[in-house]
Amino acid sequence: MELLAFGKTGWGDELFYATLMTIAVSITAMFIGFFFALIFTPLKLSKFKSLNLIGNFYTTVIRGVPELLVIYLFFFGGSGAIMYVASIFGYFEYIEINAFITGSMAIGIISGAYSTEVFRGAIQSIDKGQFEAAKVLGVGKFAQFYKIILPQMLRLAIPNLSNVWQITLKDTSLISVTGLVEIMRQSYIAAGSTRDPLFFYSFAAVLYLLLTFLSMKLINRLEAKYSRGY
Amino acid sequence: MDFDLMFTSFPKLLGATVVTLKLLSVSLFFGLFIGLLFAILRLNKNIFINKFAYGYSYVFRGTPLLVQIFIIYFGLGQIEYLRSTFLWVILKEPYWCAIIAFTLNTGAYTSEILRSAFQTIKPGIIEAGKSLGISNKIIFYKIQIPIAIRQSLPAYGNEIILMMKGTSLASTVTLMDLTGVAKYIISTTFKPIEVFIVAGGIYLFMTFIIHNVIKYLEKKYSFQ
Repeated sequence: MELLAFGKTGWGDELFYATLMTIAVSITAMFIGFFFALIFTPLKLSKFKSLNLIGNFYTTVIRGVPELLVIYLFFFGGSGAIMYVASIFGYFEYIEINAFITGSMAIGIISGAYSTEVFRGAIQSIDKGQFEAAKVLGVGKFAQFYKIILPQMLRLAIPNLSNVWQITLKDTSLISVTGLVEIMRQSYIAAGSTRDPLFFYSFAAVLYLLLTFLSMKLINRLEAKYSRGY
Repeated sequence: MDFDLMFTSFPKLLGATVVTLKLLSVSLFFGLFIGLLFAILRLNKNIFINKFAYGYSYVFRGTPLLVQIFIIYFGLGQIEYLRSTFLWVILKEPYWCAIIAFTLNTGAYTSEILRSAFQTIKPGIIEAGKSLGISNKIIFYKIQIPIAIRQSLPAYGNEIILMMKGTSLASTVTLMDLTGVAKYIISTTFKPIEVFIVAGGIYLFMTFIIHNVIKYLEKKYSFQ
């Protein structure tokens, strides 16, 4: 137990901050994912074949390639790509991107592919009559989406989005290979310096279980809120 | 674009694909048995057996695969007692540690898939079997299991693809699978995009094959 003590003698505070880091990366990645889903869901639902193709390309490639490979692409290629773009604008200094940003971007793009599929499914399962009724009542395209489609869609999407959240939360453990100090990386450091890997990795597993358990409780509450009246 | 690198790295990556496929097939094979075992335990009426099976699938589905591999590869070696038993022959090899972790992980997911398939079997089918005087054992082996397998094909296909992506984590315990070799080439040449295209292409090709095989099986064993 003294291994988990807070302060200089134990790893308690380090692991606590690492847990906060995991939560921060997961939430950032989830929102980056929503942003990508917002772009690619309309593409997948579009009437134009070429736009469909772009949307399908994104979701197929990301969901068919291991997360670790995507992370390596971002980790090794991220600063190169940024520097290339900067060089076009006449900036030739070395740019290093923060591990937090690289990691959340990589996980965010992965999470976005899953979110896109969830939103697509949710929108497609909304009754056609809802769209038609909105049109007949002369509701504008924008209001139709925000006031009519989105609230109904969220109710249908929440159970599947909670799966996406679980996947995203677990995927953040892979960012540890880039050196970002989250639960997994911190356990690796602690295991290395105390020579007690069994304890620290098991404790990491407990932390992840706790996170998934608590977030499920929260999501269930959200689900109840959005399905009022059903 | 460095096309030369893409051409020279292709055979190396293809060689590493064999390792990936080996890891995948061995762990899926054992995982299927574990999954079936725990699905049956989940349906057991004894509350302790039931809770035990639920706990197993909850823990393995609630924690990242990376943690599971690290516990088995780095953690278990710490137990002095294990080092003196025959198990150490297996546990000191990263290859077998990865396979144990993958097997337990896919077993947990498979048990959930099969459990829900068992639960969706219409009671009328089992009652029909009973009224024909077929014994419970034969109803289970000849009626329930085949129907459950057919029901779970689409979900199991997804699980195979997820597991294929999961085998990439073997590279974190020094195994040179497809991702491991890709990472090695990237870190020596600093050409991530070219290597990503080739390695990602191989993974996508495998996804494509698995997807179509499952689709074919679904059609072949459909009820119509």
